[in-house]
Order: sequence, then C-alpha cells, then structure tokens
Amino acid sequence: MTTKLEPKIPAGPLAEKWDKHRFEMKLVNPANKRKYSVIVVGSGLAGASAAASLSELGYRVSCFCFQDSPRRAHSIAAQGGINAAKNYQNDGDSIWRLFYDTVKGGDFRARESNVYRLAQVSVNIIDQCVAQGVPFAREYGGLLANRSFGGAQVSRTFYARGQTGQQLLLGAYQALEKEIARGGVTMHSRHEMLELVVVDGKARGIITRDLVTGAVEAHVADAVVLGTGGYGNAFYLSTNAKGCNVTATYRAYKKGAAFANPCFTQIHPTCIPVAGEHQSKLTLMSESLRNDGRVWVPKKPEDRGRKPDEIPEQDRDYYLERKYPSFGNLSPRDIASRAAKEVCDEGRGVGPGGRGVYLDFADAIKRLGESTIRERYGNLFEMYERITDENPYKQPMRIYPAVHYTMGGLWVDYNLMSTIPGLHVIGEANFSDHGANRLGASALMQGLADGYFVLPSTIGDYLATSKPDKLDASHPAFSAAIDDVNARTAKLLAIKGKRSADSIHKELGHILWEKCGMARNAKGLREALAAIPKLREEFWSNVAIPGSGAELNQSLEKAGRLADFLEFAELMCTDALHREESCGGHFREEHQTPDGEALRDDENFAYVAAWEYAGEGKAPVLNKEPLEFENVHLSTRSYK
Amino acid sequence: MRVLLHVWRQAGPGATGRLVDYEAADISPDMSFLEMLDVVNDRLTVKGEEPIAFDHDCREGICGSCGMMINGAAHGPMKLTTACQLHMRSFKDGDEIWIEPWRAKAFPVIKDLVVDRGAFDRIIQAGGFVSAPTGSAQDGNAIPIPKQNADQAMDAAACIGCGACVAACPNASASLFTAAKITHLGQLPQGQPERMKRALAMVHQMDLETFGGCTLFGECQEACPKGISIDTIAQMHRDYMLATAIRREESAIGGTG
Ligand SMILES: Cc1cc2nc3c(=O)[nH]c(=O)nc-3n(C[C@H](O)[C@H](O)[C@H](O)COP(=O)(O)OP(=O)(O)OC[C@H]3O[C@@H](n4cnc5c(N)ncnc54)[C@H](O)[C@@H]3O)c2cc1C
Ligand code: FES
Repeated sequence: MTTKLEPKIPAGPLAEKWDKHRFEMKLVNPANKRKYSVIVVGSGLAGASAAASLSELGYRVSCFCFQDSPRRAHSIAAQGGINAAKNYQNDGDSIWRLFYDTVKGGDFRARESNVYRLAQVSVNIIDQCVAQGVPFAREYGGLLANRSFGGAQVSRTFYARGQTGQQLLLGAYQALEKEIARGGVTMHSRHEMLELVVVDGKARGIITRDLVTGAVEAHVADAVVLGTGGYGNAFYLSTNAKGCNVTATYRAYKKGAAFANPCFTQIHPTCIPVAGEHQSKLTLMSESLRNDGRVWVPKKPEDRGRKPDEIPEQDRDYYLERKYPSFGNLSPRDIASRAAKEVCDEGRGVGPGGRGVYLDFADAIKRLGESTIRERYGNLFEMYERITDENPYKQPMRIYPAVHYTMGGLWVDYNLMSTIPGLHVIGEANFSDHGANRLGASALMQGLADGYFVLPSTIGDYLATSKPDKLDASHPAFSAAIDDVNARTAKLLAIKGKRSADSIHKELGHILWEKCGMARNAKGLREALAAIPKLREEFWSNVAIPGSGAELNQSLEKAGRLADFLEFAELMCTDALHREESCGGHFREEHQTPDGEALRDDENFAYVAAWEYAGEGKAPVLNKEPLEFENVHLSTRSYK
Repeated sequence: MRVLLHVWRQAGPGATGRLVDYEAADISPDMSFLEMLDVVNDRLTVKGEEPIAFDHDCREGICGSCGMMINGAAHGPMKLTTACQLHMRSFKDGDEIWIEPWRAKAFPVIKDLVVDRGAFDRIIQAGGFVSAPTGSAQDGNAIPIPKQNADQAMDAAACIGCGACVAACPNASASLFTAAKITHLGQLPQGQPERMKRALAMVHQMDLETFGGCTLFGECQEACPKGISIDTIAQMHRDYMLATAIRREESAIGGTG
C-alpha cells in the first residue's frame, strides 16, 4: 500500500499563494469555535504559540509537555537569533531574498511554496513578539538591532543577547499562561504522549502517562497538533536538551503518518568538543560567534601541541576564509562542519584527541574592544569558561561539530497536516521548510510562523470541512491504545536486566555518529543497519529499569524514549542509504565533486522521501513527493 | 576523584525522607555536577536500586529545570551558576557533599530532589504577560525603546524560573521571581497598559501560594544563577503601592456610578 502524497500547494503565482489560500479556506464561525477541541502536544515555540493563538481564536485547547512547566521546553535554549525579512538595515533584504537564501541553504530539497510563506510571515513574527514584550536588542536610537548569521549576506537576524530562544519562548509561554488563566487552555505539564489515537482514519486523541503518578490517560479532541521538537538525541550526544525525543512523532508514524527525510540531520559546526566518556550532552556555542570569531587550525600537524598564541600568523590556516572567500566564517553549517572534520581528519585538529578547531576572537577584541565583545557574547563566553575552565577572552575557543537539529520530520502538506487527516505537525517535528540543511536563526522563525500564523488558519479549514463526529474516550480505539501503552510499560519493567538505558543509548549514539553522521557511505550504513537490531535485542533483554510504573520513574521514561530511538535509528539509516546523492547535511562520500563538495543528483533525487510504516518486521514503504523549482533555479550551491 | 554524598531520598509526596550516603568514586573534575549524579545513578541502576530522581533538561543553565541545595547553597558553591553548569572541579577529592531538594512550603517535594514549582506558573497566569493577541501587533519599530530600558528589561527577563531565590530565602519568599517579571514588562512601553493591574494580581497570587514575605535579606540575589538584582523588588513595591493607591481612587469614582 502506498499513500498518495498530496502537498495541496495552492495554484497561482508564488507570492499570491498564501493570500489566495487564506481566502479560499473555509472558516469556522466565531461562535462555533468553542465547539471544537484541539490537542497540542508540545509547549516549545511551535506548541506554545499555537496553543495560545488557537485559544485566542476561541477553540478549546489542551496542551501537553513532559517538563514541569511549559516554559522549559527545549526552545528555551536557542541562543543566536531569529530571522525576518524586515530589511531594517537597508542592505538589500526582502521576502524574496529570505525565501531564496532558505531554498538554496536547504540545498534545494524544500518545498518552494512553504518556504515563501515562511519568509512572508517572518515579518509579522517580529511585530508580534515586540508587542508581547520580548526585549530584543536595540540600537541607541531605540530601534531594533540586527546581526548576521550563516548562509546570508544580509543582516536580518533579531536577537535578545545570547538568549533569543528564551525570550521568544517566554513571550509565547506568557501568552499561553494568559489563555490558561482565561480558561481557554488546559495545561498538562509532566505528561508524556505515548500513543496517537486514530478513529475512522482521523486523528482523534492521544494517550499520555502522567509522569508523577504514572496514570495512563486518554484525551479526546477534534484535531491533534504535534509540536514535539526534533530527534537529534537519537545520537545520544547532541546540543538538544536531555528530554528531547522521537516518541510522539514515531508513535504517529506507526499509526500511519509518513516520516519525511529522516536522514537529514544538522551537525552544527560550533560546539564545545567532547571532554570524556562521562559526557551527557554537548553545548552549542552560537553561530553568531562566527560574526566576530575567526576559525583556524595550524597549517602543519606538528604544530597541534603548541599554544595557539605561539603559532605565528603565517602558520595558521583560516580554512573557511581560504576555501569560501565570499562567505568565509559565515559559510552555512553543513559546509563549515564538514570543513572542520576534514582538517581534523588531516591530523591538524587541536585539543584532546585532535577533534577541535580554534574559534579566535583576538582580532575582534583588538578591533572592537573587549567590552563590545562582552556585550555581544558575554553569556556564551561565561558558559564556555564554566565548562572548559579556559578564558576565551585570552585564548581561542576550541570547537567541534555536534548534532544539533533535525530537518527531517513528519511529512506535512501545505496546511501542515500529516498523512493522517486531523494530525497536524508544527515546528521542528515536521519536515517542511529547511530541506537538507537549515540556516541559522530559521528554526525559531519556522516554529513561530507555524504556531502563530499558519496553523491557526489552516486548522479551521480542516475542522470546517471535516466536521468531526462527537466522540468520547469510551470508544474502543482509546481503550485499545491504553492497553497497548500499559502492555509496553509492563514489558519494559519485566526485563530487569543489567544495563542502564543510558549505556545502551550511548552505544546507539556511537553507531549513528560514526555511520550516519557528518559523512556517510553505503558500507557504513549497511553495518549500522546490521548493528541496530542487535542493540535493540540487547535492550529488550538486558535493560535495567528499577522502580514501578505507578510513580515518578525517570528510568522508565528514558527507556521508553530509547525504545523508540532504537527503531527510528533504522529508518534514519535506511533513508540515508537510499539517497544516493549528497545534499546539505546528508553527505554521501560516494557522491562528491573532485574538490570534496556535495554532489547533488537532481535528476533522480529532487524529491521528499516520505516513509510509511508497513508493519512489524516489514521494510517501510517509500513514497516520493517530487519537488518542483519554478522560482529558484536549481543550481550547484556555491559559497566560494 | 572521590566524593562522599549525603542525598535526600524521599519516595513520594507524602513519604518521609532521609539522607542516604553514597560514595562517588572515579569522578573526573571535568564532569558537571549532574554528570557526577549520572554516574552514581548508573551504578545504582545496575544494582537494581532506584536512581536519585532530579529534574534537569537543557544542562546549559537556561531551562531552569535543575535545582538542588548543594552543601546548603542553592545550586551549590559557584556564583551565577546552575547545578547543571557547576563542575566537579569546584570540589576537592574526598569532599563530603550534602544534596537536598528546594525547601519551601509552596514547592512540595514530589520525589527525592524533584519538587513541584507549579506556583510559579500560577503567578505568571495572574498577570505576567502583555495581552497582545496574535495578529494585533503593529510594526516592531513603531515604538522606539531606549536601549537602556531594553537592556534593563532584558536583565530582569533573564530569570529562568528555577526557584533558587525561594530556596535561598529564609522566608521562602517568591519576591525576586515575581519582581523580575514585573520589572521586565514594566520597563517596556508594551507593558504599561496593564502595569498596575499586573503588580496587584501577581503580588496577590504570590501571597495565595503560601510563599513568605520579603524582609530584604538579599539571599535571593546571592543565589540567583542569572544575577537578577534585588532592585527589581523595589520596583515591584513601587508599582504595587501606586497600583493600590490608584485602585482606591478608582473605586471611589466607581462608587458614584
Ligand atoms: C542549543 C540550541 C540552540 C539553538 N539556537 C537557535 C537559534 O539561535 N536560532 C534558531 O532559529 N534556532 C535555534 N535552535 C533550534 C531551535 O531552538 C529549535 O529547532 C526549536 O526551538 C524547536 O522548537 P519546537 O517548538 O519545534 O520544539 P521544542 O522547543 O523542542 O519543544 C518540544 C515540546 O514538545 C514536548 N514534547 C516532546 N515530546 C513529547 C511527548 N512525547 N509528550 C509530551 N510532550 C512532548 C516537550 O515537552 C516540549 O514542550 C537551537 C537549538 C539548540 C539545541
Ligand atoms: S538543566 Fe536546564 S538549567 Fe540546569
């Protein structure tokens, strides 16, 4: 069985599609909105903005997150900034340019119509956030400040010190709390979604576990929205918060939602290198640092051990500036990451294990003064020093790429609806806008575009058109799903093995990082596809989960998430193996240009790979959404 | 290095808790405090014993999930640092370390080091927002905001809602948390229309949540990992007093009609 993917891209010229579509969509009359209920899973930028906006419109909303408060969703950790095509700097920016940069940055694997809409609403996001009291950085004249980010030659990134995600999320969170107080949203913190419930082919609810009491509960609604973030933690070590997981989206996949481009993961070039076996997560040093920091390694491998300030200028290789003169240190992430790997593979990496490159602020401090640098990046420098015990004002930072973001996600159409009617997917959890590589400061933009502006319009059309029947949790589909969840929990608790979930997760991470990380090849991917099922077996026979299911049990939570990662990892590798080309973050060693750049194959792979679950033990079915580029000419990406 | 831990273990909300000793051997000074606990937990898990429950997520000092008393200090000995960003190099080989949950009536213990901080969300619900429904905003540059005000708003907005201020306060007051939000929004033109209402409602909610009153000990400011200044509390008091005065006037006028 194959699903027919219908992207539902509105007809007409690119710039008019969204307006025209908004006019053509059916509306729910204001008095009737109260009659519809919507479940929003996730309280990050996408989920919180959607839940608040839907409630403001009059829908009855239930919102869920696994943290103790919606304000702690992983979006809080975003540092650098958010893009918008405001052109406040008069430097030639426009909606078209943001659209163009995003399609090109994504290495031509995103849907043009979605990206254009994203660029259009980007300007409204900034206005909305300012109105909520987000304290964006400002110039002395009182107007909004901007900085530059990778993959763009204009300055269009808005920021709040190094805590942009925090401030944007607090804005959305406060709007959400306002709606909770008004009675429009019921908030369920410390609840984890463990199953999606589909009735008569439509998404009608979820099953959750109350993480404090262990109670397994059914929640019914007329539509379900997943804003559950990315799956970077499949790699164990990533810049994501510890709780980030694939469970919600993977459970939906197993209920029929197609999973698109799972192999498109982003490795961020500027993270603090791994310090040892104990490492539990990796810390990002915002890309904004590349505005003022210069990346280099010694020219000669034998200089690796020397102190950086003893290596004279002529013995340093500022390799990004050398290889990509027009973008230099601001080359896109996939390119900068691969370049770092390359110089380290050549034996020129610095720091423990030779897995690091310098990010040097000496020139910027000389040019601008330490206080300016402190004002721009003070909190990042402090964080770096706390972790490494080194002072980046005095010696260059050491950085290395790390898993950061996942472009893949549940497939959605132009209305952000998955292949299961009624199941909408927003934010990092969907696949839609970033193609094979996301540009910096574009995830916050996309999460808020989806949540504030796109979904609140499109979900109305779904509800008005599909007119869901009345339903309650006594429907057998809900009791069956509850039984499934209870059975899985009982099975996990019964294993009583000898290994912690973390130790198995580290092993999975190692496999993925080595075989499905910055560079991939068919042989390695086949090895991973052989190793993962074995590890899964080890997990199901030997994981240790002390305690019971009827209490706060963090071992059980970890094991449940790992169980899904262990299945999902296979889907990632399958996707990576099938895509016989290099594009964006997906670099297949077999497909590169003579000078080592990614070699795309537009003739055979200009499509979205949307995988469909085919049942236990069966190979997933590949569905293809062909990508048409009518407005941006398909070309080899060059940042030289 | 090797450290000796005395950790508060409490099975559930109603259960009685007690300090339990654990030896943490083979600890690297480069580990974060939570990574040290991970190592202890891994060893407990393998033995079939329940690991120590603690809240954490970002491990970057920004989500505000983690929080514990470490040797009697909220988030431990290092200033401006959350427990997740504290590193074992702050301790010496052989040190004894006492680890306990936040202690406050308004933050009941759920398990071990995990507490319920829902009261903070309810304080925000009372008025910690600007009512700006999606879609109603004007251009972001329509109202210039002096850089100084934007910076001061940002200083206060940096609060991560971890609860260290409450845990450190001898009265278990939530004044610093509440005042930070009142100051953040009060510094901005967008926050003005609801400023008085906000101060009244948030302070009122804070009292309802059984937090103690502020007697300006200043321990909160010392413990705050984000360096929120106690000056915000003065700002909160000013807004609150003004709001009370205005409300009296309004009800006097309202009484005639
Ligand atoms: C360190 C770091 C820095 C970044 N900096 C930037 C930046 O400067 N600019 C930029 O544009 N992007 C940045 N990003 C990317 C960006 O932060 C994320 O892509 C974005 O915030 C994701 O938002 P979201 O709403 O989709 O998901 P999240 O914020 O991850 O929220 C997910 C939500 O889903 C909930 N959830 C998940 N699973 C379940 C479940 N099973 N049951 C119940 N609830 C569940 C969680 O509780 C949470 O509320 C950064 C990312 C990282 C890791
Ligand atoms: S875990 Fe997020 S602040 Fe410590």
